[in-house]
Amino acid sequence: MEHTLTAEGAANPLEFYEAAEHEHADGGGTLLGFWIYLMSDCLIFAVLFATYGVLGGNLAGGPGPRDLFDLPLVAINTSVLLLSSITYGLAMLSARQQHIGATQLWLGVTALFGVAFLSIELYEFMRLIHEGATPQSSAFLSSFFTLVGSHGLHVTFGVIWLLTLMVQVGQRGLTAANERRLMCLSLFWHFLDIIWIGVFTFVYLMGMLR
Amino acid sequence: MEHSSLATLIFGRLSLDSLPLHEPILIGTFTGVAVVGVALLAALTRYQLWGYLWREWFTSTDHKRIGVMYMVLGVVMLLRGFSDAIMMRLQQAMSFGASEGYLPAHHYDQIFTAHGVIMIFFVAMPFVTGLMNYIVPLQIGSRDVAFPFLNNFSFWMTAAGAMLVMCSLFVGEFARTGWLAFTPLSGIQYSPDVGVDYWIWSLQIAGVGTLLSGVNLLATIIKMRAPGMTLMKMPVFTWTSLCTNVLIVASFPVLTAVLVLLSLDRYAGTNFFTNDLGGNPMMYVNLIWIWGHPEVYILVLPVFGIYSEVTATFSGKNLFGYSSMVYATVVITVLSYLVWLHHFFTMGSGASVNAFFGITTMIISIPTGAKLFNWLFTMYRGRIRFELPMMWTIAFMLTFVTGGMTGVLLAVPPADFILHNSLFLVAHFHHVIISGVLFGAFAGINYWFPKAFGFRLDEFWGKVSFWFWVVGFYVAFMPLYVLGLMGVTRRLRHFDDPSLQIWFIIAAFGVALIAVGIAAFLVQIYVSIRKRHELRDATGDPWDGRTLEWSTSSPPPAYNFAFTPVVHDGDAWSDMKRRGYQRPTSGFKPILMPRNTPAGLVLAALSFVFGFAMVWYMWSVAAVSFALLLGYAIYHTFNYNREFRLPAADIGRDEDERTRLLAARG
Amino acid sequence: MSKRLPILWMLPLCLVLAACDRAVLNPSGDIAERQRDLLLTSTWLMLLIVVPVMALAGIFAWRYRQTNTQARYEPNWQHSMRLELVIWSAPLLLIICLGALTWIGSHHLDPYRPLDRIAPGQPVPEAAREVEVNVVALDWKWLFIYPQYGVATVNELAIPVNRPISLRLTGSSVMNSFYAPALAGQIYTMPGMETRLHAVLNKVGVSEGFSANYSGAGFSGMRLTLRGLTQADFDQWVATAKSAKEPLTRDTYLALEKPSENEPIRHYGSVDSQLYAAILGMCLRPGNKCTHEMMAGHAGHHPLP
Repeated sequence: MEHTLTAEGAANPLEFYEAAEHEHADGGGTLLGFWIYLMSDCLIFAVLFATYGVLGGNLAGGPGPRDLFDLPLVAINTSVLLLSSITYGLAMLSARQQHIGATQLWLGVTALFGVAFLSIELYEFMRLIHEGATPQSSAFLSSFFTLVGSHGLHVTFGVIWLLTLMVQVGQRGLTAANERRLMCLSLFWHFLDIIWIGVFTFVYLMGMLR
Repeated sequence: MEHSSLATLIFGRLSLDSLPLHEPILIGTFTGVAVVGVALLAALTRYQLWGYLWREWFTSTDHKRIGVMYMVLGVVMLLRGFSDAIMMRLQQAMSFGASEGYLPAHHYDQIFTAHGVIMIFFVAMPFVTGLMNYIVPLQIGSRDVAFPFLNNFSFWMTAAGAMLVMCSLFVGEFARTGWLAFTPLSGIQYSPDVGVDYWIWSLQIAGVGTLLSGVNLLATIIKMRAPGMTLMKMPVFTWTSLCTNVLIVASFPVLTAVLVLLSLDRYAGTNFFTNDLGGNPMMYVNLIWIWGHPEVYILVLPVFGIYSEVTATFSGKNLFGYSSMVYATVVITVLSYLVWLHHFFTMGSGASVNAFFGITTMIISIPTGAKLFNWLFTMYRGRIRFELPMMWTIAFMLTFVTGGMTGVLLAVPPADFILHNSLFLVAHFHHVIISGVLFGAFAGINYWFPKAFGFRLDEFWGKVSFWFWVVGFYVAFMPLYVLGLMGVTRRLRHFDDPSLQIWFIIAAFGVALIAVGIAAFLVQIYVSIRKRHELRDATGDPWDGRTLEWSTSSPPPAYNFAFTPVVHDGDAWSDMKRRGYQRPTSGFKPILMPRNTPAGLVLAALSFVFGFAMVWYMWSVAAVSFALLLGYAIYHTFNYNREFRLPAADIGRDEDERTRLLAARG
Repeated sequence: MSKRLPILWMLPLCLVLAACDRAVLNPSGDIAERQRDLLLTSTWLMLLIVVPVMALAGIFAWRYRQTNTQARYEPNWQHSMRLELVIWSAPLLLIICLGALTWIGSHHLDPYRPLDRIAPGQPVPEAAREVEVNVVALDWKWLFIYPQYGVATVNELAIPVNRPISLRLTGSSVMNSFYAPALAGQIYTMPGMETRLHAVLNKVGVSEGFSANYSGAGFSGMRLTLRGLTQADFDQWVATAKSAKEPLTRDTYLALEKPSENEPIRHYGSVDSQLYAAILGMCLRPGNKCTHEMMAGHAGHHPLP
């Protein structure tokens, strides 16, 4: 903003101040803040991936990926999660068009897919533990359960958040504040999807190749 | 049978045995703390201050209030951490030959661990966070940080972490592992007691607070600068804050993750860092230092910013080489991620790896040196006023350069092989942290105190504090360099060689001098409060400052600026003064302000309970507090009414008051 | 301000005088000497910049104080490309020198690298056989096993002078750091892993070693005696050790492994030859599998994967 000075020393007081207060769009920093948080969360996963990378080969004489992983089940799980991302996307589109009913519907479907993902994952964990491949058995298993489990924990929180948002949208409609929250959850949800692709590739697929 | 299992479900491994009833030092300490605490609570009740404290401070979302609370926390914990230092110095000065000193290993080993943890996490971090919180929004011409609620929450989480550490003094015990708790010593096999668990939870809770604070300040600086303030027109303190908060969000997640992994090892029997079943303790060392090294830059970068502001202001001159300063800061930020291995050259990583990290460590000294030169050339052909902030700054310049030098020496791996973990190392990091962070905190406190409270700090007591601190620092730590070169390693509580004792006695004397310095600082505050009318700052600009915070009243009103400033140049306030600005006295508009909130306090209190319960294996309490935590957090999200509009009349009243004050002084 | 400068000048002298007859600055081994030399060289190099900087700080603070109206005052002078060039390139040149020293020094003084000389100008003789010692860091004492002689000691490391020493180090419980300043720089000891140290002792004499990494309650008492002996005296020492009654077997080792502090020197007249490998593999107790049997494809002794 360029202002020409009048006489030397004397300047219009408003040259240094904004007379008309334009309130920056309510919560303009929210999305940036959430992105930054998300990147820090990404770093936590990076550490877990690094730990898995370093310790994943330490089987302590016990079972390894080839002995344990049920790839077809993992493929189903992956599809469920990817589908949930699509349905969340559809929810966002509906929200953009202010179709509250469709939004709630797609959010609900997403939640169901999320719960399905978690159920399948829990089933897989139970099966492994039942076979004696517990997180305590070796460093490989500790890092496997922690990495995959952390992802699952994030999905759990995502589902809780999703359900809470459904209530809030139901109560207040698709206000600007709620749209912002939906956007943040959208980032979170797709982020978890990306992390899962990393898990799927790095842990399951490459594990079979070790 | 059922009764005892119910007791276990509720109380875990907590029992009357957990109280240190057989340790006289702790009983004495507890009595002292209890007496002072009760007196304080009684006074607050007597003067009916609870409502005031609750409304104006504890639930405040005002970054200025929160900033002050951080500083208070830092000062209180400084007293605790320093007491630990006194105890250590005394033990080491006494314990020679037949004398075992007065601290058994069980006690001594907790003290040196607690000393490090407290000083880094609960003194230095609150100091820099508090100063950044207070000053950055003012410097960028904004009304508050991006997320005021989160700011309140971050503070209380840090306080909760501090409370957990303090708790360990009287209920149970603290870790006996050193401040970074290397495995396998900190694993469940070799540290089965509650100490390491206290360590884990207090750091985890405080770490959440710090991480969110980083997100907050980063979003603030990026999004909320006044119109016209481009990045290269920001004050240098804001630049260093920007880089610091980048470091925070990019390093604290590593701490969070490694603490989780250690927790899993201890609570769930996993094998990340165990000796057997495929665990690798070296992984812990790497991860903790990948966090640990950026952490020390988190501590030092903000104070570099303070030194820039102070040097320019008190030399009456523009900061030399602004762009250079900015680039140097960014380079330091990036490089700080490439040096972590220099903390464990001796772990056997091989010559090429060691040399690489040694060289990257040395490279960091180049931008750091550039900064020092720029400060020197700011002083050159300036008009230097030796007010207290400038005295602290010059003491820093002269002292830090040798401290940095010893760091570069340690960065040469073969040299490190003979000095690693010795008292030379201990001297080095105290050298740079005290002369860097602590002197900088005192410079910042003396510099910005009038802004925050409306009156200056007493100069005489400030100078007393200064001289005792500076001389005391040298007397306390130079002997440690000598001892390190004599081959004395750290964390020892007993020595056989009597020729070493004199050096420890000198060091203890140095600590006594520093104690006087700290006492003088407290006296300075007390005296200043008593003389506050004499020391009043009526103009809001007692130092002829250069940046926007000095354009506000002292203290600033809750809304900071009645009108958002428009910036044309760096050193925006100097620019305004030079061009003959006039303060607008009418035409105020209502301002949107964040409401107070109890949520931060409640969530942090629940986190404290959860952490305590986890330490003591009180699973039911842990489950309930976690559920409440989650529930309350969700409940809080249903609060959409977080702002209110401050009426123009209120603003007018505050501004008229200031106009009156300025006129009366003039 | 300038009053403080004299103190600062004197301090380095005090430091040197007080510590210069101790093992770190006056060691008995070639490796340790070269490490010390590197330290001193780096110090002098750095002082080239540090001293002028401190002088400038003092001079500027004094000369440009507000009360000195003689000095020029240029409030807007804030940029000089030439000065910036100097400010960045002088430290850069210094760091390039130091970096070169670091790279070379780190490789020559790598504890894993077998010795290339016994002393300055004295290469390792063809016939010289390394003295091998296996070191185990226990809570809170040091166990030294001499596989070539079939003896072991607690807290005493006797070695012949002017012969290359090859240490293999491990631990039993937590991380320690083996450090005998007269001999060479330190190296960590870690359970289940083996580190190496190659060094040589050039002077006869007795000095001390210790752990340089805190390892628990008995840490302060974890000291060892380093004995530099002539070859004849060393052979004598071995004979004396061999005459010790107690053998070092799995059982006596397991008894030794129990935490204890301030252990006096002890000798073992015979050593189970598989013992060290079992300690390293963490398979001393029946039923435990050795780590090198369990690890999938981890070869070599280098502890970092």
